[in-house]
Amino acid sequence: MRVAVLKGGDSLERQVSLRSGARVEHALERLGHDVVAIDVGADLVDRLGAERPDVAFVALHGRGGEDGTVQELLELLGIPYTASGPSACIRCTDKVLAKHALRDAEVPTPDFYAFSQAAFEELGAARALPAIEERLDFPIVVKPAGQGSALGIKFARTPGDVPGAIVAAFSYDTKVLLERHVAGRDLAVSVLEGVDGGPEALPVVEAVPNEEDFYDFEARYEIGRTTFTCPAELPAEVASRARELALAAYRVLGCYGFARVDLMLDEASGELTVLEADVIPGLTDTSLLPLAAEAAGISFEALIARVLELAVARAPP
Amino acid sequence: MTIDETPRGPGPGGETPAMAQPRSGARDLERYAGLFARRTQVMKSSAMRDLMAVTARPEVISLAGGLPDTSTFPAEDFSALMARVGVDDAARALQYGPTEGLVEVKDPIAQVMAAEGMEVEPDDLLVTTGGQQVIDLVCKTLIDPGDVVIAEAPTYPGAVPVFVSYQADVVQIEMDEHGMRIDVLEAELERLDAEGRLPKFIYTVPSFQNPTGVTLSLERRRRLVEIARRRELLVLEDNPYGMLRYEGSPLPTLYSLDGGEYVIYLGTFSKILSPGLRLGWTAAPRPVLDKLNLGKGAVDLCSSPLSQLFVRAYFAERDWLSYVRSLTGLYRRRRDIMLEALAEHFPPEATWTRPRGGLFIWARLPDYIDTTDLLARALRDHVAFVPGRAAYLDGRGGSEMRLNFSGVGDEEIREGIRRIGKVVREQVGLYGTLTGAEPVRPAVAPPPSGVSGSAAEAPSGPSGGVPEPDAARVLPLRRRTG
Repeated sequence: MRVAVLKGGDSLERQVSLRSGARVEHALERLGHDVVAIDVGADLVDRLGAERPDVAFVALHGRGGEDGTVQELLELLGIPYTASGPSACIRCTDKVLAKHALRDAEVPTPDFYAFSQAAFEELGAARALPAIEERLDFPIVVKPAGQGSALGIKFARTPGDVPGAIVAAFSYDTKVLLERHVAGRDLAVSVLEGVDGGPEALPVVEAVPNEEDFYDFEARYEIGRTTFTCPAELPAEVASRARELALAAYRVLGCYGFARVDLMLDEASGELTVLEADVIPGLTDTSLLPLAAEAAGISFEALIARVLELAVARAPP
Repeated sequence: MTIDETPRGPGPGGETPAMAQPRSGARDLERYAGLFARRTQVMKSSAMRDLMAVTARPEVISLAGGLPDTSTFPAEDFSALMARVGVDDAARALQYGPTEGLVEVKDPIAQVMAAEGMEVEPDDLLVTTGGQQVIDLVCKTLIDPGDVVIAEAPTYPGAVPVFVSYQADVVQIEMDEHGMRIDVLEAELERLDAEGRLPKFIYTVPSFQNPTGVTLSLERRRRLVEIARRRELLVLEDNPYGMLRYEGSPLPTLYSLDGGEYVIYLGTFSKILSPGLRLGWTAAPRPVLDKLNLGKGAVDLCSSPLSQLFVRAYFAERDWLSYVRSLTGLYRRRRDIMLEALAEHFPPEATWTRPRGGLFIWARLPDYIDTTDLLARALRDHVAFVPGRAAYLDGRGGSEMRLNFSGVGDEEIREGIRRIGKVVREQVGLYGTLTGAEPVRPAVAPPPSGVSGSAAEAPSGPSGGVPEPDAARVLPLRRRTG
């Protein structure tokens, strides 16, 4: 098959995307496909028109690639593509939409409040901050609604930290989320669809910070500063509950092909909550989805082959 | 599909699923990570690296670089000189050279040092691959893991990965408008003394410092040299910008004040001729120089003879000082444009330095603005700067930024500063809304009394015109505890 690998773009996660894309290209070539690498830019439609791929493998992360924009365009051009469709992309990229959907479906997610910049500027939302602070308790996690990496995520330890953290989060998006902080273990469950069997949850990955850099989000996903264990050392019932929740989140959010669901295990209460879902998880050497797949006995090539097959299976005849 | 949750992977029956891989995923992930030396764990976060990668995109006006403008070097001169090297010296240009450098390039080096009031013997010099190599060689020669290095706060961002890679314990000394605070330095040295720790060297960029643009005053230069002698400490004087002075009279270098006993001098052709040549040098006390020479031999045997012969030809056949004068004229104008633009577009809450030379201005925003996050916002408006954290090893500098005026054209400087100013005002306004501190309309708010910052945007302000750049507030640099 002629496969276009879409990568790069101008999102803040461009570098990761280029690495994901390169690894995917390599795997596709070994699988015997005719691979066209496209660094996504203003000429995307022209490039796709000229290259005429049978299918597009979307290896984009962040704004543009993961938020439904490219998917909508591929639908329009009639090119089958990998992973979730526009609506799931839109829901998952916007953490606020995702969390509302999860809460409505009774999938547990940490308590939160979300605001747009307009709410603060036009509706005096700042007046509501003390009430939020009281309900969520410190520290509060402040996040931009639509940024996939650790950028812009801040811990507010006191009321005085909140405005600065909100300003920082608005650097990335027009909507921010204030979320109850869960002290505990950081888990990720990747979900991979079977060609006929429906979605399956892969073994749980745990991110364990090497140092007590508890409040440093960036450190959590950096090699050498975090150790990833897979399968995570968890009691069997906790692991199976985590996988159930990940599958529930995957279904509620309407994902397709694959996705990675991030969860927290509350140290004190033992309660599991879903933080968010990533519709195009990283596919680099150090990413969690390939790690989980491998732990389940699925090689990277087999993973890529399956995701591609699912893309073709979904395409209208 | 069944997936086993036990740590071993294959099921309890010992049967391996058809597609199973022999090694575990977790080990695969750390296959390389486990081999990396501790010194490779550079401070700069991957998030910051990702951000900086976006700054290189063509549509971005980047005030984040530190590039000299090489576009004004006459192309015909370049080709004539290269041809000259080919005709006179092809075989030597294509051959290895001595580790200490070709003897012919030492005369041009002596000329440049003489122009800054220094006398040097050819045997006191080691030619290096850019000034950056000197920082590396000095660390290689002096630093064992955990040794103390003293640097300015903020320091040259390019020195940070070098210090980190040698696992130095870097103590950064607060600065003010006269450079490194010598009183703070002395207090730190006392403290280290009490702990029984002797710093190996003090790293400083005394003239038009990267990143602040600030120059160490004459009185402090004397005191610094005196401290080095009294305590028998080495000073690494990094002086790439000394010749790029736009106003005021030159100050003596630390090397000339000290007579080359405790000062290791670092010079470079990068800013006065070309960084593409990758040619710098060091002048150091002989015993130190011998060790640096050994270290250099191990790293790259020698610096490019082709580059060295080009420099020789350039100094023999062209007036290097007149090119430096043309550069200072160009950069002075760009600095003035940036200062004017800052006064016009940055909010009154911001402060910045007013450098008398060099390539950089350092701006400080209110504490509640994080310049790493601000960069992400600024990139959406296609403009970039260096977030302040890159110039510290201890997490300080979160509200500061470095702005470069040498590598971009006049109009780009104006437009770049306008765009950054817009996003800064937006965040200042938003913070005001969140805290109830001030009204939301920064763009049309009248300027606070006597402050020039926003006068140009006041619809009926008394001055109306562009504020006088001299009135820009001098930056009080961040305190150590800040």
